[in-house]
Amino acid sequence: MQALRFAWPRSQSDCLDIESLAIMPGEKVFIHGPSGCGKSTLLSLMAGVLSPRQGQVSLCGKDWQSLPVAARDRHRVDHVGYIFQQFNLLPYLSVIDNVLLPCRFSRSRHDAAVTASGAMQDAAAALLLGMGLARELWHRDARALSVGQQQRVATARALIGSPAVVIADEPTSALDEALRETFLDLLMQACAQAGSALVLVSHDHRIAARFDRKLSLPEINRAAAIEAAA
Amino acid sequence: MRALLHIAWRSAWNRRLTLVLTLCSIALSAFMLLGVERIRTDLRDNFTSAVSGTDLIVGARTGSVQLLLYSVFRIGAATNNIRWDSVEFLQSQPGVAWVVPLSLGDSHRGYPVLGSSDAYFEHFHYGDRQALRLREGRVYTDLFDSVIGAEVADRLGYRLGQEITLAHGSGELNLSDHADKPFTVAGILQRTGTPVDRTIHVSLEAIEALHLDWIGGAPLPGMRISAEQVRQRTLQPKAVTAALVGLENRAAVFSVQRQVNQHAAEALMAILPGVALDELWDVIGTGERALLLMSGLVALVSMASLMSVVLATLGERRRELAVLRAVGASPYHVVLLLVLEGFMVTLAGILAGVAALLAAVWVLNPWLQSAFGLTLAATQASALQGWMLLGLLAAGLLASVVPGWRAYRLSLADGLSPRI
Repeated sequence: MQALRFAWPRSQSDCLDIESLAIMPGEKVFIHGPSGCGKSTLLSLMAGVLSPRQGQVSLCGKDWQSLPVAARDRHRVDHVGYIFQQFNLLPYLSVIDNVLLPCRFSRSRHDAAVTASGAMQDAAAALLLGMGLARELWHRDARALSVGQQQRVATARALIGSPAVVIADEPTSALDEALRETFLDLLMQACAQAGSALVLVSHDHRIAARFDRKLSLPEINRAAAIEAAA
Repeated sequence: MRALLHIAWRSAWNRRLTLVLTLCSIALSAFMLLGVERIRTDLRDNFTSAVSGTDLIVGARTGSVQLLLYSVFRIGAATNNIRWDSVEFLQSQPGVAWVVPLSLGDSHRGYPVLGSSDAYFEHFHYGDRQALRLREGRVYTDLFDSVIGAEVADRLGYRLGQEITLAHGSGELNLSDHADKPFTVAGILQRTGTPVDRTIHVSLEAIEALHLDWIGGAPLPGMRISAEQVRQRTLQPKAVTAALVGLENRAAVFSVQRQVNQHAAEALMAILPGVALDELWDVIGTGERALLLMSGLVALVSMASLMSVVLATLGERRRELAVLRAVGASPYHVVLLLVLEGFMVTLAGILAGVAALLAAVWVLNPWLQSAFGLTLAATQASALQGWMLLGLLAAGLLASVVPGWRAYRLSLADGLSPRI
């Protein structure tokens, strides 16, 4: 990320102004900040869903802005696994079908899963077992699962086909403390196995200790500094 | 694509209650559009095939449509008869090849009785100039013989040799009947798909014999002529209801028509069956167009409801669309998903409508056949029906493009984090 400036449409001032941010392959980065400081916006910029007003955002050596819209979608699914705060799953699909979704939309994720496990179903099975989800749950509709279970299914889905980076947007905020710890253990472990970088944003400092690098968004965001000064 | 189809199907199934209502309204519009068109074409086919090879129909002065309806289709009743000397006048006209006199007015359990001469079986044609054929038995030879249509035989379960009594006037319930002079079924005709199937044919003399002791529609009090006595009388008919006329040369049709219309001894009218049918279509056409318009409106309403249902659920589905985007679906996939959904609902609705129509025709056909002599051929799809279905399908696709476009805009604006 270089000399990035971003403003929402119809907004006078920039909401993000970041000099430089680089995330290495396999790195585990924790970004924190109070709500409303632009954490989700930053993630959307990383994932190429939003485009910066100025500057450059690249992923795996490709500048998002140099790609046409359809190619951006393909590049995103090939290299990014995404975990939301909650409601990650399509409630009407079975657990295993939810996990397999990225393989259906991305050739390279499908091929990576097949290379790793022989078949994409086997890759999904390995991930679900790794997430501690019992076999009898796999063919249930996703809506039948508890919130904690759903977040674990979402993690399995984000990691299938070993994407370069997993982006997690407050994945633990819907979980209670005990569940949060187990979930983070599983997430870290799975990312390490797949060799994927992890970018996790949260307002919760308590989980920061587990990460390679901790960033405070208000500190790296010059737009916020100006606002604070004014 | 297969994955998307699976998702579209599961997603639609998830919202099946709302979608089923839309599906029903689409089914109804398919049912109505196809049904109206079916009845329209079959009505015409049935009417057009009911008489063929007859150049003129002659009857007492009345409307030409009315004359056609009562003489050929046994619908309604004649206002007046024509005298026998007028029939003889017709036969004497130059260029006239044959005259088939028709005498109507009696019935048997709701089925009309037609008195005619032997010439009827020789000259009456239906459909594509097909002659009447006997399935069993023979044409009437005895005074009290009758030849019944296939529908009468099958409905009432009559076999050869069955004794039947005729009733005066038409209608199911008739108190004044001709019970004293029973008829025997001598022949059963093959099915024709025309009013002939519902007709009981007897000789003109038999009609005369039945009414010897009647006057003005009621038995003469104190006067009884038995079936045996009747055979001794001369049974030359004095009047008939109408007459079918065949010409030696069709080119003479207008001059013969003019001769008949100008006949001084009795007020007669001659009509060309084809021209009278066209007049009938003009009358019926208005109703048909109204029905077709109604069906079109139902189709429009069901398409609007499809559009609004899919649009209305879009708000609740923003999360679903964001999840799809996060796992790699492009905005085009999102559009395709919604269009697929509209397509599936429309297709299922059309199939349900067609199935309902087939079922309705199957259930109603016996009744239509016996009450109106109308046979619906549900399985023979016309080209227009095909176009109607394609049109419905295209309208369904079009109606789902609008929500698809809205979803496209939403998913572009929302990105991966929908504001709900």
